Amino acid sequence: MEFQGYIWKFGKDIDTDAIIPARYLNTTSPEELAKHCMEDADPTFSQKVKMGDIIIADKNFGCGSSREHAPICIKAAGVSCVIAKTFARIFFRNSINIGLPIFESPEAVDGIQEGDLVKVDADQGTIVNLTTGRSYQAKPLPPFMQEIIKAGGLLEYVKKKGC
Amino acid sequence: MGMTITEKILAAHIGRDRIEPGDLVTAKVDVILANDVTAPVAIQEFERSGLNKIFDPDRIVFVLDHFVPAKDIKSAEQAKIIREFARKHHLPHFYDVGEMGIEHCLLPEKGIVAPGDVIIGADSHTCTYGALGAFATGMGSTDIAAAMATGEAWFKVPETIKFIYSGRLPADITGKDLILHTIGLIGVDGALYQAMEFTGEAIDKLSMDGRFTMANMAIEAGGKNGIIAPDKTTQAYVQDRVKRPWTAYQSDPDAKYARVIEIDVEKLEPVIALPHLPSNTCPVSKVGNIEIQQVVIGSCTNGRMEDLRQAAAVFKGKKVHQNVRCIIFPGTQAIYKQAMQEGLMDIFIDANVAVSTPTCGPCLGGHMGILAKGERALSTTNRNFVGRMGHPESEVYLSNPAVAAASAIAGRIIHPKEVK
Repeated sequence: MEFQGYIWKFGKDIDTDAIIPARYLNTTSPEELAKHCMEDADPTFSQKVKMGDIIIADKNFGCGSSREHAPICIKAAGVSCVIAKTFARIFFRNSINIGLPIFESPEAVDGIQEGDLVKVDADQGTIVNLTTGRSYQAKPLPPFMQEIIKAGGLLEYVKKKGC
Repeated sequence: MGMTITEKILAAHIGRDRIEPGDLVTAKVDVILANDVTAPVAIQEFERSGLNKIFDPDRIVFVLDHFVPAKDIKSAEQAKIIREFARKHHLPHFYDVGEMGIEHCLLPEKGIVAPGDVIIGADSHTCTYGALGAFATGMGSTDIAAAMATGEAWFKVPETIKFIYSGRLPADITGKDLILHTIGLIGVDGALYQAMEFTGEAIDKLSMDGRFTMANMAIEAGGKNGIIAPDKTTQAYVQDRVKRPWTAYQSDPDAKYARVIEIDVEKLEPVIALPHLPSNTCPVSKVGNIEIQQVVIGSCTNGRMEDLRQAAAVFKGKKVHQNVRCIIFPGTQAIYKQAMQEGLMDIFIDANVAVSTPTCGPCLGGHMGILAKGERALSTTNRNFVGRMGHPESEVYLSNPAVAAASAIAGRIIHPKEVK
């Protein structure tokens, strides 16, 4: 799988309240949630973001609550993948489980600026900044998690295993 | 090489003698939890996937606690999805308005969670139950949906950081101060993917309620779980509550730790977390003149009996400052009732405190105490992120219940000893 999009850059410790404030958690509709994606970090993000764009952030992206609404709203807003130095644990799991591709690469985060055009090869974990021509390598996911993604999410994976 | 308590519990749930940090394992889970925000997503995923059989209805716990009594029509619709599912599947552990409490206060109180358990919950503060010597961790709704069908979940066995709290706990220092100080020390990702094992003389002396507060906030340091080995205090708490067999695990003396951090509690004073991260800590004496408009006392962090007693001791015979709204949320109906029997409600109401039915409402800016632009709150809850309690330009400070009560009286953040 390959993604190509423009970069929206965020800082460190972006929490799930910034990604999707709790005042909007009275719905599970991805489309409704997408309207408020990243709202308390950047109030106009949902109006600016285009299909295929990529979020890049510093360390500990998605810290805080376990709300799956966070990766759901990012995916529904059209964001193709998220690259960060590190992800908070529950956000990491949730992203894998719902099929939002995520990549850890501190070098890419430092080397890529807002507005850059970036291409990501999800299978290889290679990240190419088409604006500067530089490329980066993300940490590969353990095979176990790649199987979940290939199956189309955790529930499909569980079904395939015959539960 | 020995094993930590976290490793031993996980090993027992996969039927192995030993496991190592970093191992990816699938473990049986004893209790699966979700609330009115996360359960609807889990239910929708569960039904959409065609996994129609619940592995054991007795192991599933649904608590409506975030937005009930319903704050609006959308919340009412969400709650209805869970009610209908709970009835359809005859779930014995479904807690609705009138019987519910804040989930992490309710489950230990009802004896649903026990030492030695593996507990997963679609709520990040599921780590609270580590105070009982269980392995408890937060996950998302899809993980819960899968576990509802299989009774299992996958885990990466975490490394453990051992915290040793030495010295005699000063009278004004609570579990909240210990955990805020700890998060301030290591940062909001200081224990990312790791277990936090709380030990030492001060923990041995700490009440069960104080231990719940500490384990509750392990997630605020990025921790996978917080855990305290069971002892006499744990035994006394669970003996009349837990109706099934349970196991007390202890870390081996030669267990391997990623880090060992020693904290001398005798030098501590009450801790305040300043906006906008729980790690942004400061001793109360150095916080300066911070005026506040709202005080919230309660939540899964500090809504237990000891917390209400500490607040009442400060409020007795005093009034909330005229510029402050103070709201108290007992964690469960049983706590509410006991507070009434002990006369705490008289103290609160005479002090002009508003007392609410149990809810997570204000802690996450859901309802029952939302802040306007530019307003500032002192809260005994667990997070002070931007916009956490309302407007993105409002501010939340965190503290223990006695400091919160004293500050409600003064209209600014103070130490309880300053209350005139």
